[in-house]
Amino acid sequence: MNVRLDRRAFLASSAAAATLPMPAIAQNKPIRIGLLTVKTGPLAQGGIQMEQGVTLFLKDRNNKIAGRPVELLIGDTGGNPAGTKTKAQELIERDQVDMIFGPLAAFELLAITDYVAAHKTPILSLAAAEDMSQRKPNPYFVRASGTSAQNMQPLADYAAKELKYKSVITISEDFAYGYEQMGGFQRVFEGAGGHVVKKLWPPLVTPDYTPYLAQLSGVDAVVQGFAGSNPLKFMKQYADAGVKLPVLGGGTAGDDALLKSFGDEAIGMISASAYTSDLDSPMNQHFVEGMVRDYGSTPGLYAAGLYINGLVAEAALEKLGGNTDDKDAVIKALRAVSLTDSPRGPFHFDHFGNVVGTVYIRRLERKTGKLVQTTIKSYPNTSQFWTFEEKWFLEQPVYSRDYPPLKS
Amino acid sequence: MNRAALAIALLLLATLPFWIGNSFYVNVATQMLIYAIFALGLNVLVGYAGLVTLGHAALFGVAAYAGATLINSGHGHIIVAIGACLATLAVAAIFAVLALRGTGLGFVMITVALGQIAWGIAYRWISLTNGDNGVSINARPAPFGLSLESAPALYWATLVVFLVAVVAMAIFVASPFGASLRGARDQPRRMTALGYNVWLIRFLAFLFSGFWSGVAGLLYLYYNQFVSPQTVALSASAEALLMVIAGGTGTLLGPIAGAILVIVMKDIASAYIERWNFVLGAIFVLIVVFMPEGLVPGVVRLCRRVIAARRPRAPMPVLGEESGE
Repeated sequence: MNVRLDRRAFLASSAAAATLPMPAIAQNKPIRIGLLTVKTGPLAQGGIQMEQGVTLFLKDRNNKIAGRPVELLIGDTGGNPAGTKTKAQELIERDQVDMIFGPLAAFELLAITDYVAAHKTPILSLAAAEDMSQRKPNPYFVRASGTSAQNMQPLADYAAKELKYKSVITISEDFAYGYEQMGGFQRVFEGAGGHVVKKLWPPLVTPDYTPYLAQLSGVDAVVQGFAGSNPLKFMKQYADAGVKLPVLGGGTAGDDALLKSFGDEAIGMISASAYTSDLDSPMNQHFVEGMVRDYGSTPGLYAAGLYINGLVAEAALEKLGGNTDDKDAVIKALRAVSLTDSPRGPFHFDHFGNVVGTVYIRRLERKTGKLVQTTIKSYPNTSQFWTFEEKWFLEQPVYSRDYPPLKS
Repeated sequence: MNRAALAIALLLLATLPFWIGNSFYVNVATQMLIYAIFALGLNVLVGYAGLVTLGHAALFGVAAYAGATLINSGHGHIIVAIGACLATLAVAAIFAVLALRGTGLGFVMITVALGQIAWGIAYRWISLTNGDNGVSINARPAPFGLSLESAPALYWATLVVFLVAVVAMAIFVASPFGASLRGARDQPRRMTALGYNVWLIRFLAFLFSGFWSGVAGLLYLYYNQFVSPQTVALSASAEALLMVIAGGTGTLLGPIAGAILVIVMKDIASAYIERWNFVLGAIFVLIVVFMPEGLVPGVVRLCRRVIAARRPRAPMPVLGEESGE
């Protein structure tokens, strides 16, 4: 674009530039992306994978998005809400980031959602809290990973219709993510004629699942929704206790990043996830290769989630010509992103900024000596509302420890 | 000289939002003040009463939860403030009655247990506390029509409360009650023999300490507009205790210095040092090794030694005795 300037206009514009922050013409000013992640404490494992995902993405792009260099600013929330708030303030007020990736945990996100909305900062989070894109939406929120129940609803469908299970016991950590996962499973499973006999909630940090394992009998299968490193511990103790029931799991329960740590006890577990490392798409192969090359491990949800966030930001900013000055335009463009190829396959967003994409049902197997996930069915275009009508869904209370109630 | 220093310090504090630059740092300063109030309150028990507690985050959290519940049910700022303080005092009274059955280790363990009960309630009484998703408030209240929404406004409001807290502490320490509390700490038997009710003295000190913890908790709520079970967790109690011990127990400035140290590490240094809690741990170890009495008394002692070394003929003063235990 050629712009002709006469002297007066030039003087006027440079005078304006001297007193005002630099306007949009400064295309070489870096795009600033803030990453809220957890690098210390019990959640650090996932937090570090998040950082790996976004680092790999920026490396793939030579640190440039939409023609502008990218500056990544990382804040360690320490995995607690007050720390997340402080780091969000640091990123927004001091560093003036254009958008935020993260945070990881629901309570971290809930602590800052009002704050980031007040500062109109787009936030692309992995935290799965249902109400963030349902009953308490944030207009600047985008979630390419999905809600807690978004994987569990198809899993329940698969369990009832394909596996023909009639009754299950669920077991998951005693916190909101566990409740929401199992609530979603229960609603769909019971809707398809199944019966959830019991829901067990061991504490988040427990050394021993024995008292819970003793209660697992008399049903067709066990559904586990553990997160972090708990799936490893649970599956080990499950096998040691001699429980023979088939195991179904959610996204974090069968996370591909855990494959290197699982043993034979996990073989046969069926899990539903928005990301599967065996997806045969060019983008995913490229991503897995990059992760194996740079970090020596098969990527899971967290790394993939952040790589995908990078793709979303890129697609939106390219549409805007790299202009990030109008935050409302940025969030609009982010939510309008629709990709046909990504590590998680094709996806787009609903009007709450939550992803509509494929959910993969996988079986954990040993192939040529290595544990791998093999996709056995995929549910394309899965929304957070599953097949329910949105209005009806939102009128119901959010999934919780006691909702939906157990049928006796 | 002291007065001039005090005046300069006050002036600097009052004008901080103008010279510190970015509103992020104003917010950090607000957090320092909030935690300084919390640590000052805790110091009443730890320093002056000699009762180490690991359950004070519960009192801090009760005020925050009570405040959030009252705000969300539509009450005005006065009712919120009074209600939060009353709730804190009530819980502090229950804590005190139970915990003061023992001293020393017994007292510490009971406060740990009580703190864990508070955490359990915050985590599991979902209808009241919303579990681990926490409670948020939509807006900060506007006391007497003054909006606290901007960072400087909340800073100044917190500064006023902080100064009141410091003055209250200074009066408290100098008062006969403060003297009797220190007496109960050092010589409980002798105090009993003199006719003092040592239990009652400690009980009142617990309430006073709990009250300021609650005030800090309410400010924390106003600042974060969010409270969740992590606020009342054991680690939060331990962090506050570390502030007091690192800064110097039983001193007025110690807890303030400790709060500043921890917040600087947590909020500012953490942006530059990935292993910031390792560094913080190392600092604590250094403090314990070189200044076991705490940062403030330790620095005072070192300064006196330096001054004394520069004037070899002056008679040696008694070194740093008045603040140590």
